Amino acid sequence: MRTRRKRLLLVLVGVAGLVLATALVLNAFRDNLVFFHTPSDIRAAVVPLDRSVRIGGLVEDGSVRREADGVTVYFRVTDTVVAVPVVYHGILPSLFREGQGVVATGRLQDDGVFRASQVMARHDETYMPPEAFEAIEQAQREQARTLLPEGR
Amino acid sequence: MAERGVQWFRFAAPARFYGLAGRLVPWLAGVAMLLFAFGVYLGLAVAPPDYQQGDSYRILYIHVPAAWMSMFLYLLMAAYAVIGLVWRIKVAQAMARAVAPTGALFTVLALWTGALWGKPTWGVFWVWDARLTSELILLFLYLGYMALHAAIDDRRRADDASALLALVGVVNVPIIYFSVRWWNTLHQGASIRVTEAPTMATIMFVTLLVMTLACWLYASAVILARARIEVLEREHHSAWAQAVLEKPE
Repeated sequence: MRTRRKRLLLVLVGVAGLVLATALVLNAFRDNLVFFHTPSDIRAAVVPLDRSVRIGGLVEDGSVRREADGVTVYFRVTDTVVAVPVVYHGILPSLFREGQGVVATGRLQDDGVFRASQVMARHDETYMPPEAFEAIEQAQREQARTLLPEGR
Repeated sequence: MAERGVQWFRFAAPARFYGLAGRLVPWLAGVAMLLFAFGVYLGLAVAPPDYQQGDSYRILYIHVPAAWMSMFLYLLMAAYAVIGLVWRIKVAQAMARAVAPTGALFTVLALWTGALWGKPTWGVFWVWDARLTSELILLFLYLGYMALHAAIDDRRRADDASALLALVGVVNVPIIYFSVRWWNTLHQGASIRVTEAPTMATIMFVTLLVMTLACWLYASAVILARARIEVLEREHHSAWAQAVLEKPE
């Protein structure tokens, strides 16, 4: 009985120490564990400019512009506060569209334009049938329509 | 102590466990197969496509249960390992070892289906974000556990050493689970949380639950079947095991 309790105590103390150590390590590496930086980080210049980084955010509405060659795309990535202009030459994932979350890998050029070498689409945790999505959009449109005249 | 002890300790007697598990396994496996068939039907034929991802989102019906099972089974394995380490209960030691291959299988499934899902939605098979990397570490922990157990000839020492490894790896499970909340990741957040309503349509959620239950029953069946053989092997000198070995059912 006594040895059992001793073993249990050893296990509990060991696990507690381990959890503490892991928490400290993760806390120390917090900045290195982010997969992407936000446009605000870019503006605040906390992001290294001399090497390849990832920026993530939403594709700003109305910002997507395609070059005549069909594969060069200009758009802005925004975190709703700061928007960073991005240029990308290549094939975009099919989920890429305005308002969609994206993560772009590349380098910030001197002129402030982010030259992406890879663009990945990010989707959120919401899943619903297309009809439900249309119903929500419809409802929002109607709400906007009824609210607008009162606002004037 | 034994007389005053809890009744369910009697089920921890290897002979009883062997018999009980033998009776449970066919039922668990049978119901699991039925639920799998039902879940696949719901997932492929009944559930509607997603408004953004179209049909490719259907991978989640195997990806999410596999990922959940990979984490849950690791906790289960570690719990049995600790019970075996502290209280020296033979069935617990056998169970810990029996969980590992199924846990590794579900981890591989989660990573593999995740890659197949990642390509059409994100545009890449693999990225080194916190969620994906910690899940890969989980696979290495399972493989390390199995390798360590197999590498030590003395079963007692193998149980103890691998139990410690399993225990150390437990810190990885909350990291996997909370990684999408603690850090920026390419992987999206959780759709189903304990405290909030799921952010998915009801039929999708029901399908996911059916598939999860199927995976759960499948895992129980395979693990019990494996643990049964493990117990028989460990106890092969005892009278009951000799009786079983001489007269197989």
